[in-house]
Amino acid sequence: MNEPSLPFFGPGSDPGPSFADLLRRLAPHALPGSGLDEHSADALEITHATTVLAIRFADGVVMAGDRRATAGYTIASRRIEKVFPADDYSGVAIAGAAGPAVEMVRLFQVQLEHYEKVEGEQLSLEGKANQLSQFVRANLPAALQGFVVVPIFAGYDDRRRRGRVYSFDVTGGKYEELDFAANGSGSVHARNWIKAAWREDMPRDETVDLALRALFAAADEDVATGGPDLIRRIFPTVAVIDANGYHRLTDDVVGERALQVIGGREEGAGL
Amino acid sequence: MSMPFYVSPEQVMKDRADYARKGIARGRSLIALECAEGIVLIAENPSRRLFKISEIYDRIAFAGVGLYNEFNALKIAGVRLADLKGYQYSREDVTASSLAYAYAQTLGHVFTHEMKPYEVELLVAQVSAEGDGDNELFHIMYDGTVMDEEGFSVLGGQAESIAEQLKEQYREGISEAEAIRLGAKVLSNPDGEPLTADQLEVAALERDRGPRAFRRVKGAELEQILTG
Repeated sequence: MNEPSLPFFGPGSDPGPSFADLLRRLAPHALPGSGLDEHSADALEITHATTVLAIRFADGVVMAGDRRATAGYTIASRRIEKVFPADDYSGVAIAGAAGPAVEMVRLFQVQLEHYEKVEGEQLSLEGKANQLSQFVRANLPAALQGFVVVPIFAGYDDRRRRGRVYSFDVTGGKYEELDFAANGSGSVHARNWIKAAWREDMPRDETVDLALRALFAAADEDVATGGPDLIRRIFPTVAVIDANGYHRLTDDVVGERALQVIGGREEGAGL
Repeated sequence: MSMPFYVSPEQVMKDRADYARKGIARGRSLIALECAEGIVLIAENPSRRLFKISEIYDRIAFAGVGLYNEFNALKIAGVRLADLKGYQYSREDVTASSLAYAYAQTLGHVFTHEMKPYEVELLVAQVSAEGDGDNELFHIMYDGTVMDEEGFSVLGGQAESIAEQLKEQYREGISEAEAIRLGAKVLSNPDGEPLTADQLEVAALERDRGPRAFRRVKGAELEQILTG
């Protein structure tokens, strides 16, 4: 038969609703990380994406990330995106080697949509987190060569009617965080800032402000994390996920909030 | 040893076509209508879970009549082809015409080479992006014949009589709600009760819905549209 032919499988080899398995059978070269295993990251200047975070609030989750990517001591990009919608009700934020991370996110997005279309219903939030954990584990050989990818996954669980946050380690270990998670080179500073101010049932806008201040704190202390850039008007990516779905705040809104809230305590740290 | 009988190719094809047509005619019909907001797809289907209409890709929907297991397998194959293509190239490169071609290839191949033809008729519908060409309705028959239709498309056993009614009553640019009401009306048995929301499966491809244009119209919303 001529191309394009429809992919059909026998009962033993059917990949079911998994897009990653489908890719493995029909186009293994297109899988994230294929071809990376024989090389070491040490020989190359790998682009790294840095601080990202997710904070649970009264109605859902706020996710945020700075916009800087570095390669060694060079700034590789000033406006890279690190927070992505995974589907309508969840998002994924990445830290680590930018190339494999962006590829992993793309595969994850297609995987969730593919499952939904084949099965006729969405995966549960927990199911989505487990899927992502498998992708992170599949990246382990590449991680050992220096291509580490560690995402944060967060979303609105419509069966439990609340936001949930998951963090991962390089081996694919999945950990549900009670209240918030931060990842990447500036995450220690961001996490401390959140820890000091977080409380149960925070309203949405206050949580967005907290995320911006935590990212500023990270940018303040960590060279690989970018702060708000007022000259070029580059601001952190901020997304709110609640019962209405995934909603990315516009640069204007984030810029205005950043100018409003950052100052005061931050100035005091300008030693 | 039995002697093989000679059967002319014409006879073989005719027998297969009759077989497929009979299978398809046992099921209910399905309609797609272009409307102001995009495209509406309507089928008589009492099941809430065994869908005849499905999402394939951002702006593309699939509908099938005939044997459920056969058109559902074809639907899944279509989703796989579309997702593979979109992942390896770009989302914009997934088109209804290439999907319709792939379906036609498969149905045509099975019709001539396999023991039994597929007892299905398929529709691949694509809503246009704003200012970017027209909607597309590809109607694919059990033997791989493809028809590129405009305005509306009718699949299934009673297609001819329903198409006759639509020719008289359908007009271009009707609203989505009007299209749903018209579809429900022509699908209903003229001598019996009109079909209710519980007996219909309705979905729409809406141009302005964002990246994924496909939406199911069901429950209270559908009831309200039908009584409106």
